[in-house]
Amino acid sequence: MFLEIPTTFCYLLSGILFTIGAVGAILRRNVIVVFMCIELMLNAVNLVFIAAANALSSMDGSVFVFFIMTVAAVEAAVGLAIFVMVFRQRNTVDAYEIDLMRG
Amino acid sequence: MDALGLKDVMFMVLAVAAVVTSLMMVTRKNPVHSALWMIATFFTMAVIYLLLNAQFIAVAQVMVYAGAIMMLILFVIMLVHMETGGEGSVGAARRSKATRIAGALVTAILLAELLFGALFYQMTGRSGDYTVATVNSVGGVKTVGALLYGQYLFPFEIASILLLVGIVGAVVLSKRK
Repeated sequence: MFLEIPTTFCYLLSGILFTIGAVGAILRRNVIVVFMCIELMLNAVNLVFIAAANALSSMDGSVFVFFIMTVAAVEAAVGLAIFVMVFRQRNTVDAYEIDLMRG
Repeated sequence: MDALGLKDVMFMVLAVAAVVTSLMMVTRKNPVHSALWMIATFFTMAVIYLLLNAQFIAVAQVMVYAGAIMMLILFVIMLVHMETGGEGSVGAARRSKATRIAGALVTAILLAELLFGALFYQMTGRSGDYTVATVNSVGGVKTVGALLYGQYLFPFEIASILLLVGIVGAVVLSKRK
């Protein structure tokens, strides 16, 4: 009854979630939503790590996902600080309106 | 039980839930609604991690992602008020036909590539020592902890320095001059 889940299903789910995240990151213009889409892509990659580690009865997947989570947390802190700073300067978080680097 | 086990049925339900909630997250206009759907996605992913025998990661997912990161994002959404910062009606006209075609093209190509990889992969790795029975006899968290403080001690220290850099960077960036 408690058979293991086929790894292919996990990979398929991960691919679908990664695509949703990537397309959202490209098409949405609110940078905070774009940021959430990037987090979704990171989660899809985490799922592949866990599924592969489970299939190979290895523990390295959990360790790598732990590091990915650390990097995602740092990215969230610094990225959101940048958003707040940009909003203070430009009064918008629309990706089309933010052109601070334009010469 | 029929041919499908309990785990398979749970996985199917959770997979559908994850896809639906992430689609809702991407398509909502209001960023607060997006963030709430994202939290639902993270919870479904956490349960999928539990089904895949990664208890530590499942708990870390709920605490770090659904707890800390999403709270931070919600805070910033509240700080950045959306009357001026959201995707207004002015920008909607700017999304031209070309953008939509490019989006559809990117979706199709990326999805085709990823599904191709997922369906026709070959698992070349060698099986490790941590079978479910071995891990359960010691405890999942204990096993991960032993690896983190043993084999992966140096990357662990690097990660802590990265966190320190993140704290300092966030304070410096958001400080009023």
